[in-house]
Amino acid sequence: MTSPSTGGEASPAADLAGRPPFAAGHFPTMGLQLDASKLGLWLFLASEVLFFGGLLTAYAVYRANHPDLFRYGHYFLDWRLGALNTTVLIGSSLSAAWSVRCAQLGRRRGLVVTLLVTLALASVFMAVKYGEYSHKLHHGVGWGLAYRPSREILAALPAALRAAPAPEHAGTFFSLYFLLTGLHGIHVLVGMGLYAWLLRRAGRGDFGPGYYVPVDVVALYWHLVDIIWIFLFPLLYLV
Amino acid sequence: MKEHVVPEPARDPEDRTPHAVPARVLVGTAATLLALTATTVASSRMDLGAFNVVLVLAIAGLKASIVALFFMHLRYESRFQTMVLVCAVFFAVVFAGLVVFDTTQYQSGIAAQSARTRAGAR
Repeated sequence: MTSPSTGGEASPAADLAGRPPFAAGHFPTMGLQLDASKLGLWLFLASEVLFFGGLLTAYAVYRANHPDLFRYGHYFLDWRLGALNTTVLIGSSLSAAWSVRCAQLGRRRGLVVTLLVTLALASVFMAVKYGEYSHKLHHGVGWGLAYRPSREILAALPAALRAAPAPEHAGTFFSLYFLLTGLHGIHVLVGMGLYAWLLRRAGRGDFGPGYYVPVDVVALYWHLVDIIWIFLFPLLYLV
Repeated sequence: MKEHVVPEPARDPEDRTPHAVPARVLVGTAATLLALTATTVASSRMDLGAFNVVLVLAIAGLKASIVALFFMHLRYESRFQTMVLVCAVFFAVVFAGLVVFDTTQYQSGIAAQSARTRAGAR
């Protein structure tokens, strides 16, 4: 998509002479190329919505049948860290949207800065996530049967919760927690790889008002990753 | 913000100047999202019973729509892309809804069976 196509049997070089750089041979105009790329990405985002829709359905089924597990489990999660990560992701979405604006307006320096900020905020998100995961696993708060909470972490629960007997199969909540946040985390890591790639290309001066497809579609993907977290944060940390 | 809507057919396909979202719209969107995050956290501090989940989901849906409309430019794009997203969300909700209705049908039977199993084990 990004390199001039070699399509066409009779002297492709002559056909492509005078066309903008990064124009794909099979699109008559750059406008069509942009529209087709965007539509393709929206179809991919639709499949992502259905993918996380399935996972959230699993959440809904367990929650409908065992609401007590979820009320109990969420006390093990620190809502302040979740809120911090929500803020970090909203900030990264802002800088991602701003990077598209910079590319469209041909502001090369601004583009590099906003891409860097997005990448940095994504790293902050993953660092917080790493802290949360290692704290949980250190205290035996694992998924499914690996849920064997340490005495310290149980002592940190609210008094009312400690007085009542712990619900059976509390590990189920953490199976869902690790599955949902883990798959979301993989999406963040993929996004970081894409932003590193964009940064390299932006530094080289590939992008401008005439060609900003990659900046645009990666930002769309990044916003979807943000939207997924917008749902995960309250469902896992707050209620 | 009506003036930013560029009708698709009016554009010349050969020379399309990109539509950049104004800076104040981007900053306003982020500020609204942060305010709604604070609202979500505040709402979860109150004990509203089952309504807590409904409320945080409603706020999350509103936030997701704001991200899609402004950060993802759906406000300024052709309707077709919005339709793709709306279809995906619609079918995800139908799937989740039917599955939840279905699973709650069997719970009384499951509870009775586990009670019998427990009684038998004793």
